[in-house]
Amino acid sequence: MNVWISLIASLIVIGGLVVGAAGVAGLAQYSHTPELLVLLGVVVPLLAFIAFIVGVILQVVKWGRRPVPFPIATVAGQGKSLPWIKASYFDAPYTKAGVVGRMALEVLTFRSLFRNTKMELHDGPKLAYGWQMWLWVFALAFHYAFLTVFIRHFRFFTEDGSVVFQGVMFLEHLDGFLQLGLPHVLISGFVLLGAATMLLLRRLTNAQVRYVSLIQDYFPLLLIISIAASGILMRHVIKVDIVAVKALIMSMLNFDFVGIGEKALAIGWMFYLHIFLVSVLLAYFPMSKLMHMGGIFLSPTRNLLCNSREFRHVNPWNYPVKVHTYEHYEDEFRERMIEAGLPVEKTLEETQEAAAPEEKE
Amino acid sequence: MADEVPKVEEMAAINHTPPKTGWMDTPAVIRPGMYCYSAKAKPLNILSMPYGRDWDPIEEDWHLPENWMEIVLEGLHERLHKFRSLQLFMDVCVRCGACADKCHFFIGSGDPKNMPVLRAELLRSVYRKEYTLAGKLLGKMVGARKLTETVLKEWWTYFFQCTECRRCSVFCPYGIDTAEITIIGRELLNLLGLNIDWIATPVSNCYRTGNHLGIQPHAFKDMIDFFVDEVEDVTGVRCNPSFNRKGAEILFITPSGDVFADPGTYTAMGYLILFHYLESMGLDITWSTYASEGGNFGFFTSHEMMKRLNAKMYMEAKRLGVKYIIGGECGHMWRVIHQYMDTMNGPADHLEVPKSPITGTVFQNAASTKMIHITEFTADLLRHNKLKFDKTRNDNYNLTFHDSCNPSRGMGLLEEPRYIIKEMCNHFYEMPEGTIREQTFCCGSGSGLNAGEDLELRFRGGMPRANAVKHVHEKHGVNTVACVCAIDRAALPPLMDYWVPGVQVAGVHELVGNALILDGEKERTEDLRFEPLAGMEDE
Ligand code: SF4
Ligand code: SF4
Repeated sequence: MNVWISLIASLIVIGGLVVGAAGVAGLAQYSHTPELLVLLGVVVPLLAFIAFIVGVILQVVKWGRRPVPFPIATVAGQGKSLPWIKASYFDAPYTKAGVVGRMALEVLTFRSLFRNTKMELHDGPKLAYGWQMWLWVFALAFHYAFLTVFIRHFRFFTEDGSVVFQGVMFLEHLDGFLQLGLPHVLISGFVLLGAATMLLLRRLTNAQVRYVSLIQDYFPLLLIISIAASGILMRHVIKVDIVAVKALIMSMLNFDFVGIGEKALAIGWMFYLHIFLVSVLLAYFPMSKLMHMGGIFLSPTRNLLCNSREFRHVNPWNYPVKVHTYEHYEDEFRERMIEAGLPVEKTLEETQEAAAPEEKE
Repeated sequence: MADEVPKVEEMAAINHTPPKTGWMDTPAVIRPGMYCYSAKAKPLNILSMPYGRDWDPIEEDWHLPENWMEIVLEGLHERLHKFRSLQLFMDVCVRCGACADKCHFFIGSGDPKNMPVLRAELLRSVYRKEYTLAGKLLGKMVGARKLTETVLKEWWTYFFQCTECRRCSVFCPYGIDTAEITIIGRELLNLLGLNIDWIATPVSNCYRTGNHLGIQPHAFKDMIDFFVDEVEDVTGVRCNPSFNRKGAEILFITPSGDVFADPGTYTAMGYLILFHYLESMGLDITWSTYASEGGNFGFFTSHEMMKRLNAKMYMEAKRLGVKYIIGGECGHMWRVIHQYMDTMNGPADHLEVPKSPITGTVFQNAASTKMIHITEFTADLLRHNKLKFDKTRNDNYNLTFHDSCNPSRGMGLLEEPRYIIKEMCNHFYEMPEGTIREQTFCCGSGSGLNAGEDLELRFRGGMPRANAVKHVHEKHGVNTVACVCAIDRAALPPLMDYWVPGVQVAGVHELVGNALILDGEKERTEDLRFEPLAGMEDE
């Protein structure tokens, strides 16, 4: 029961954001108050963007400053040993290139998630482990769709005809290869919406995952779902003037604020909802679990070499500790060691001599 | 104790559906069979560790020091700044649940707090309260909670229901290693003297006498001499091991479990036979009574304690003037050697890069630690055809190999033992994929949990391992699990008796000892366990 509270709370927050933003935009247009629109469409996104950049840098710097005292890489394959034993180049990397490969496989193909298995307990008792690919599929679809959508949006941020713009348009062309409708359906948007929804459903239907889920898990998913949905709606249903949007963004980027109010008024309310939600995501990103995007690169169990016997790893805060020396040990057991015929450093006579002066005192 | 363990059917009826109440509202239950006795005052005092006292986990009052909360929070703060792993793992988990059903303790108990993600959340929730704005303001709503005595007791319960096996970390997309969190969590508990007896006592023994069982030098020698007699009985050949011998080329260190408990003792006999065989070929090796323990229960206590115990290896190597060290079959000892020793107690400049005196192979992979695993050493000998052996002497054994967690996920030792086993035995069968190699299942008793009083916990945790053995037992008639870990050799026999009766446990060098043909040996009719060899049953 308890576990649903997080979902409901997230829904309420997102609902509030959506209604609030849409309401403000609608009101502003109705009452011809361009200031409000500029606030929603220009000021808030700029602030969010700054919060994003600063926040991400602060987080990464925080992590980066923490030392990595020990080489604790997870060794997920044969380590490098004798020359005739084939070492696992990516799973127990012993070269820098191997580590780069391991990280690339992790970041680009989600290799660890690909390993995912599902445990089943049958009568007997008998345990069975099956390959579980759904999390991997949804996660991969989600992230790649997100990336595509993200890049596509650069058409709004670049001068028409520039190289980046052309590249983005080419990507968009690929993305819209189905050529359905007008404007063309861009697949990435729908994949993003679908994959995010599947991830949400997985979170809700998998009892174990549901049990550990928090607001922080539902909120970003719902937020991204809302962003994708508003984007799709804006493109296909409640259309906005794309040319005006680009004009607004470009003048914002060029710090050219003359006539910005007019430009803002020319754009439909859906745009403001969309960009407001994106701003929330940007600002929320650095303080949330979404920072896993940066964190993965710093994870010591993945980015360290597995050659810690060949090359010494230095701990910056290594300090001397109290140890039990051999001398202490022999002092305690000398007699018995001698009796057992074990070699000793000092004979009994020597120790008696050494101890004698003290005894006199 | 064993009669308190539930029957197999009861144990196997596991419900993996989490309870209706949220985990913060579901109190941890400390019940007999599922926890280890608490550490007493004496060992902690010997080690000058804080707050040594006699306390009992199932009693309400744990006699915590007045300012315990301050101590823990300060300790947490310090560690967040000393370990990037901890800081990062507190921040980036997405609770995807990929690790959830990977932990043998969750599989065997169904207790959701044994899902690695939730085990980490136990600590993360307090971190959130102390270090995040949302946690401070919204508390429970965002999975944050204050550190209370209940929370502390929950930590104690679940950090001692984790064998630090790292299986979960293989599956986590960010490499979050719950073992690392457990290690640091236990370190925090140890600031308050909250250890378990099965760890604290071995640690203090090890500190004083050199090994876990507190065996004194003369007794250590006696035990080995006893094996020498046994080996002579079986082979007719008398080995001649040396102890604390200065100027030897190689120091040999193995877990004391090999020297003091069956079936590890057979592995120790295997070492003796191998060393004797190689003596005439130029092997110059000595045992030490001072560094008479490879295993390091300090690893299960704190980084500092690990370092204090580990220091002996290099100190003794230096005192004896050896060139390098060979380590015996032990699990966590090898994780410590591979990932910590050189950093903590190195550089080992007084030693040389290991070079096999028989094959001339230079072990470049150990160029810095100067310490090699005995299976690396033996595999190299076999590869160079330096050993004469009769593998039919292991024909009674239908074998499978259990990758111990630490050698596999802590150092990547997968092929060497397999190579030796396949050379030494005719009948070898792998357990199913997904349960071996880097995905191997833990014996359920590692990290100091192999006590007598927590058998139910051990059998639950060991169930996935036992189940995979059962599979090959039924399919191929496997009757022996080979392994390279002394804790396995202690923990697996009762586990097998419980889940897969009829399967015994052997070390890899026991098999080597059986098969090796020594100069001047008598016709062997028995193996090192004094069981008749295949075909010799009637004689
Ligand atoms: S697999 Fe990793 S990210 Fe996923 S829940 Fe487990 S620890 Fe968290
Ligand atoms: S380290 Fe092993 S025992 Fe601990 S949580 Fe992970 S899988 Fe479970």
